[in-house]
Amino acid sequence: MKQIVDLTIIDTVKIGDAYSIIRCTSKDILPEMKPGQFASLKIENNPKVFLRRPFSIHDYDKTENTVAFLIKIVGEGSRTLTELKRGDTVNAVLPLGNSFHFDAKGKSLIVGGGCGIAPIYFLAKCMKEINADFDIIIGGRTCNDLLCLDNLSTLSTTFCATEDGSKGSKGFVTDIPALSNNLSQYGKIHCCGPEGMMKAIAKTAVANNVFCEASLENTMACGIGVCLCCVTKTVHGNECVCSKGPIFNVKELAW
Amino acid sequence: MVNLAVNIGSLKLKNPIITASGTFGYGYEYEDFFDISRLGGIVVKATTAEPRDGNPYPRLAETPSGMINAVGLQNKGVNYFVSEIYNKLEKIDTNIIANVSGSTVESCVEVARKMNELDHIAAIELNISCPNVKEGGMAFGTSVKESYRITASIRNVCSKPLIIKLSPNVTNIAEIAMSVESAGADAISLVNTFLAMAIDAEKQKPILSTITGGLSGPAIKPIALRMVWQVHKAVSIPIIGLGGIMNATDAVEFMLAGATAVQVGTANFINPAVTMDILKGLEDYATRHMIENISELTGALQL
Ligand SMILES: Cc1cc2nc3c(=O)[nH]c(=O)nc-3n(C[C@H](O)[C@H](O)[C@H](O)COP(=O)(O)OP(=O)(O)OC[C@H]3O[C@@H](n4cnc5c(N)ncnc54)[C@H](O)[C@@H]3O)c2cc1C
Ligand SMILES: Cc1cc2nc3c(=O)[nH]c(=O)nc-3n(C[C@H](O)[C@H](O)[C@H](O)COP(=O)(O)O)c2cc1C
Ligand code: FES
Repeated sequence: MKQIVDLTIIDTVKIGDAYSIIRCTSKDILPEMKPGQFASLKIENNPKVFLRRPFSIHDYDKTENTVAFLIKIVGEGSRTLTELKRGDTVNAVLPLGNSFHFDAKGKSLIVGGGCGIAPIYFLAKCMKEINADFDIIIGGRTCNDLLCLDNLSTLSTTFCATEDGSKGSKGFVTDIPALSNNLSQYGKIHCCGPEGMMKAIAKTAVANNVFCEASLENTMACGIGVCLCCVTKTVHGNECVCSKGPIFNVKELAW
Repeated sequence: MVNLAVNIGSLKLKNPIITASGTFGYGYEYEDFFDISRLGGIVVKATTAEPRDGNPYPRLAETPSGMINAVGLQNKGVNYFVSEIYNKLEKIDTNIIANVSGSTVESCVEVARKMNELDHIAAIELNISCPNVKEGGMAFGTSVKESYRITASIRNVCSKPLIIKLSPNVTNIAEIAMSVESAGADAISLVNTFLAMAIDAEKQKPILSTITGGLSGPAIKPIALRMVWQVHKAVSIPIIGLGGIMNATDAVEFMLAGATAVQVGTANFINPAVTMDILKGLEDYATRHMIENISELTGALQL
């Protein structure tokens, strides 16, 4: 069930200049959250920001009653959030949207790019819990964009690519052999990242007849499927990314 | 105990807080957050005769204290509403108000006729003010003659309370209000969104796919308030005031300016349970000012 909750910041960890992970708890028991879902966070004390901002659940720990967000600073809203300190509160509506359709059948591939790595970590953690067999690929512009690489590597085999070659293989994630010429070993691909990256993955996945789902990041106002601002074109017409997504089977998308 | 009940003509509301069309879905989307039957009413999303896929993405631009939308009346059409959505609304114990839209008089009449047959639809709000459709839409609401013509046509097929939702994109709002009153409207709601525009300076491009869209939120409140005041002086039918209402004080201001009830729109996006805060705040205000019936506030502005 969706809830409006006041989250209390436990800690914020800066990753380079552009990213922060904020970990929060609540005095009430947080609702159950699944990988791929997101929260809509209210930005306080910044008159330049009016609407809430959507962020993927980066981590959720039921026993600890914590939830974490990985935030890339791109504007006022994200900057204000990363400036929050331990003990500050942030109002959240959560959990929103659908979740990744993962399972332990066959082998799966998880691909994340840039801040698209946010939901990928939670997904990998949940897949590990059900003993699923999976590989991870992450990519970014430089080694500074390869977020959570160490944590991801503890969960499963992790390949990485950077555009400038500062870490892993030089180029795009789609140049990594697991994706470029060995794709049919996988039963399912789950990806989140820049649209260009996901489109390229979707193309190879469809060509190899492999199930592929992508997490979209359209701009949102309500986050709960009522304003119809966040639509993406699908084979069924315009669908709301916040309520029918953010995860879509790429075959449904009019890409 | 404050009596919060108000009447919009023959339509009885348990309190003056209604949710605005296009900002509250069909109501049930908000059931996780609070008991929606506590609302005075819910105006559901616009319904047109034929299904509409709306405008292309991007449909949203955030602006200082507001937002511009270009949704373009996306909905699955009146037949889908009757067969798939209406039965879910029957369970909601408050006034469900249909928002009728269209690009021609005939198509609006068709929707109104079908809505008029549904028992649990308490009233019809005719939207003559959508800035996001190419033909018709706002055009009805910006002409005295056209707004009369469409109101009279809907009146013919509508035995339920008929509310006409006015466009603020006019030079003389009182004139339009008088015209729909004389055409048989039972009430007036105002305002819809203001025609507006947002530009991405870096890309040197418009932000919305449609270039222009409709501005809502606190940015429009002072203008909406002025229009409610002007219309209040011009007509004798009840007014439902809206435009940027974020809290109980805003709601009180609209009532003082002449509104019998108010609608809350964009604020639902910022706080999905905002209407319950407004309701509580309204009650507190009345207690503080020793008001027994909230309806005493309507037009009570002291000059
Ligand atoms: C379902 C969902 C999940 C998301 N998860 C995360 C996450 O886990 N971590 C994270 O860092 N970000 C995530 N985002 C993106 C995040 O919501 C935006 O970066 C944020 O809203 C920007 O707000 P701002 O005020 O900082 O920037 P703004 O001032 O709103 O925008 C600054 C610049 O960024 C661009 N921009 C804004 N929103 C987006 C977007 N959604 N996609 C691409 N460009 C955008 C704007 O066009 C503008 O140029 C997610 C978005 C969605 C829809
Ligand atoms: C996303 C969005 C969709 C809307 N859709 C409709 C609609 O379908 N029919 C209608 O009459 N008004 C529609 N409106 C206008 C609102 O009902 C309301 O008149 C306007 O937003 C001003 O009130 P506010 O500032 O409280 O939001 C819409 C507004 C928004 C923001
Ligand atoms: S953000 Fe409002 S419908 Fe998706």
